[in-house]
Amino acid sequence: MSRYVSYRDFDWLLLIFVLIICGLGVMEIQSATQHTKFAGAHIKQIYWILAGVGMMFLMSLINYQALLEQIHWFYIAGVGSLMAVLVFGQKYLGARRWIKMPGGNNHFQPSEWVKIILILAVAKYFAEMRQRELSWSDFIKAGAIVGVPMLMVLAQPDLGTALTYVPIAVMGVFLGGMQWKQGLAVGLLATVAVGAVFFTPRVHVLKSYQKQRLTSFLEPDADPQGSGYQVSQSLIAVGSGGLWGGKGSQTHGAFLPVPQTDFIFAAFAEEHGFVGALGVLLLYFIVLMRLTQNAQTAPDRAGTFVVMGVVAVLSFHILVNVGMVVGFMPVTGIPLPLMSYGGSSVLFMFLALGMVMNVRMRRFVN
Amino acid sequence: MFGRDEKVSAIRLTAAQYIILSVFLVLAYGLWRLQVMQSDYYSLAAEKNRIRNVPILAPRGKIVDREGRPIVDNYPSFSALLLRDSTRDLNADADLIAQGLHLDPNEVRTRIRRFASMPQYQPIFLKEDITPDELAFIDAHRNELPELDTIMAHRRLYPRNGFMAHLIGYVGEVTEDMLNQPQFELYSPGDMVGVSGVERQYNTLLMGKNGFRRALVNSHGREVGRLDETPAEPGKQLKLTIDLDLQIAAEQALEGKNGAIVAMDPRTGEVLAMVSRPTFAPQDFSVRISRDEWNKLVTDPDKPLLNKAIQAQLAPGSTFKIIMATAGWQEGIAQNLHVNCTGGAEFYGRRFGCWVKTGHGSVDLEKAIYQSCDVFFYTLAEKLGIDRIAKYATAFGLGQKTGIDLPNEVSGVMPSEEWKIRNFKQKWFAGETISVGIGQGAVAITPMQLLRAISAISMGGRMVVPHVITPTDMPPGYVEAARYLEVKSVPIDPSGWNYITDAMVKVLQPGGTSPMAAVPGIEIAGKTGSAQIVSLATRAKFKNSDDLAQNGWFVGFTPRRNPDIIVCVLFQGGEHGKLAARLATQVLKAYVDKQRRTPQKMVEKPKSGGKVDMGALWTSPDGDGHEDKLEGGRYVVDLPKKPLVAATAAPGMVPVN
Repeated sequence: MSRYVSYRDFDWLLLIFVLIICGLGVMEIQSATQHTKFAGAHIKQIYWILAGVGMMFLMSLINYQALLEQIHWFYIAGVGSLMAVLVFGQKYLGARRWIKMPGGNNHFQPSEWVKIILILAVAKYFAEMRQRELSWSDFIKAGAIVGVPMLMVLAQPDLGTALTYVPIAVMGVFLGGMQWKQGLAVGLLATVAVGAVFFTPRVHVLKSYQKQRLTSFLEPDADPQGSGYQVSQSLIAVGSGGLWGGKGSQTHGAFLPVPQTDFIFAAFAEEHGFVGALGVLLLYFIVLMRLTQNAQTAPDRAGTFVVMGVVAVLSFHILVNVGMVVGFMPVTGIPLPLMSYGGSSVLFMFLALGMVMNVRMRRFVN
Repeated sequence: MFGRDEKVSAIRLTAAQYIILSVFLVLAYGLWRLQVMQSDYYSLAAEKNRIRNVPILAPRGKIVDREGRPIVDNYPSFSALLLRDSTRDLNADADLIAQGLHLDPNEVRTRIRRFASMPQYQPIFLKEDITPDELAFIDAHRNELPELDTIMAHRRLYPRNGFMAHLIGYVGEVTEDMLNQPQFELYSPGDMVGVSGVERQYNTLLMGKNGFRRALVNSHGREVGRLDETPAEPGKQLKLTIDLDLQIAAEQALEGKNGAIVAMDPRTGEVLAMVSRPTFAPQDFSVRISRDEWNKLVTDPDKPLLNKAIQAQLAPGSTFKIIMATAGWQEGIAQNLHVNCTGGAEFYGRRFGCWVKTGHGSVDLEKAIYQSCDVFFYTLAEKLGIDRIAKYATAFGLGQKTGIDLPNEVSGVMPSEEWKIRNFKQKWFAGETISVGIGQGAVAITPMQLLRAISAISMGGRMVVPHVITPTDMPPGYVEAARYLEVKSVPIDPSGWNYITDAMVKVLQPGGTSPMAAVPGIEIAGKTGSAQIVSLATRAKFKNSDDLAQNGWFVGFTPRRNPDIIVCVLFQGGEHGKLAARLATQVLKAYVDKQRRTPQKMVEKPKSGGKVDMGALWTSPDGDGHEDKLEGGRYVVDLPKKPLVAATAAPGMVPVN
């Protein structure tokens, strides 16, 4: 098989766009963290990106079809690691999300790589499906594949990461042949469920800080010094950037919280204005379109589902993160992929891109 | 393999692309809305972020005595704080900082960690009220430790050694609860508010109004420029009716003892001195009291935080006999009562002893007062009955708050038949009346109440409301003047109160209960009291332990007609009223000495220290005690070598020029 696999088929164009976005991220991290105690974070970010690119190449070498055949083992391992987090995990700021790695200060967050396993698992499930139209039992099975780890992440509790699992399932059933009435029914059910969770005071599914974040999203000025602080400061940062960008007093004055991670897009928009921010959105859009194109040229159903799973997660991250920065979405703590500072997020994105490359390099293998 | 032939629906893939496109269009619209449409609004908001309102704290008003001598002042106090200037590694500097400020390095690090998630422009407070050498350390390390800064605030400077602590009270940080109340709407967290004493009672007068300054801050919260400022309005000065000279005399009299002394002008109700012992150091509260110190104060069995003048509720003992005598006279019983005291008598089948075991022999009202014969007042109580006793005691304000302008005054208890049914669902036993007759039993009153009641009797039934400020001198709106100027009149027969006060003069004369307390040249009318805490039998069981010793009481005034000062002493564990009487006469003497020393009353101004003869007038009873005889004479005042003994300021305070 591998004799046809060559780096001539590697998507170099996609990699170039991805690296441009990463470069802009590094620049913004440098700008936002200078004179703070996080100064030098951009150097660490460069190391993460280099490590990520390396892992991407490694990932592209392993045949994704071989991975798919072993996916049930990976799935069990993934669920097992989430279980381990719940039992042995490090408690930090009220949530168990990390496992301390032996030696050093590194913490490992299993919920990130479970995303990759879910993309593969969903791809495998729908690739094996024979009929054109999705039955209700397929629906429930696909939901269960994603739902089990999602509930475990919710229990950590990490609402943000748990939500990023949802688009994987949604993309799967959508491409897998969901019928209109199914979509309508599930959409309606989800709306009712979400509404019940938010508005029924006796259901304590959401932690109080989560509810607070949501209410502060609906009414940022109600508590400008408390939980609404982040939302209003982010809006001020973006808005004061204007058309061409400004001094960046929000970012450099430390008014904008965590400008190098979750709010990096706000920091960028403040310094580079509407033009700069729109440019970044365009770059992301090009990357997503290029990915979708790769999905269309995939050698098999499974390949298409893998690539589209990555598209789903990436789009969702962008929607939620940028949406939060411009005040359309509540604060959920979801980073902006490729730009935000942080090892787990960078490594996940490059692993996911490695899978895309993997699929693309095998497009003529038949 | 599986389904390789079957491609994923191309339409759906295209649909996915359009969905992504629409998401991006929405996000782009969000950016357009903020950055183009509302850009001006948010630019202004960003500008506002850079401008900070820095409060300028208003100093609290001073507290001075009736002659303007300072009692409570302010002093500039510095707090050390850490600016989170991000170019410095705070944790690395923690050791040096901790060393210079005499803190634990780990505590400094903990504090830095705890503030890590707070906005950067909020400084970390490291230590409040730093010492001069710590301030010097910060000044000397401006270059090495640029993150270390100080902020100045006015703090309360209280007199030393707990002088007048209970009357003054203290200040503390305003609590969360208070901030939610409308009267504290001008406060912000961290502000100081009066917690007890006059600091609390007249807090709104003393507190002033904070000003603020609009400052430009740079990216790290440091001030780089000022725009404008609204100055603070300092708090107003509070002038008390306290006379420092008298207060000092009272503090000295009670030093090392337990109890309370209150002195008042019976004509106006102005409180001239108020002491409670043991005391506490209000200075400890002006910064932040440590938990250990607080626990020590709260658990101390002698209750140093209690202002015993208005918060101790105790049996008044024999001082109550003056109320009894007045009640008995008004009812026409006391003046005609003659009792043969044999050291005790039997009432309702139980023997009640007199404090003089051998008995007083034949006793009339006058002798009953100056010899404090218990049997006479047992008999009087039996004849009056509890409700008539309660009627007069209540009319003279016993068992009720006096209405003094100090917080947390207690009301005490004046028992009656109705009181017992209401509180115990029990009928009053006639036997209980007998104990009440000598101020024992369920009677529990404060020194202030006793002072006010006997003041009223000494003034012919004129009931004043005690107060520590001059209501008419206060700026408008801070005090309801009419409340403290109101005078109630209890109608009493002039010959009755003349007779009773004359008998009270004899208390300090040979043959009275307290001749040792007499001061030559000063006519003092008074009444001693010794109140049991437990029965004598119980006390004997505990081997006469000092903890259960009797409380000594004394109420005295001078002169006997139209007195201008009345003093009440509670000497806890003082065993007998005559010891309390000596404390009271020290205060009375200080008052009279001061009055007579005032220049216009001096015959001759002394050139240097020494004894100075002065003319003085006083009244003294003639033979039968019903006619007053005005006496004149010479009175010797001790003047020290130094020009004047009068205090210029409370201990620890700097006098005003």
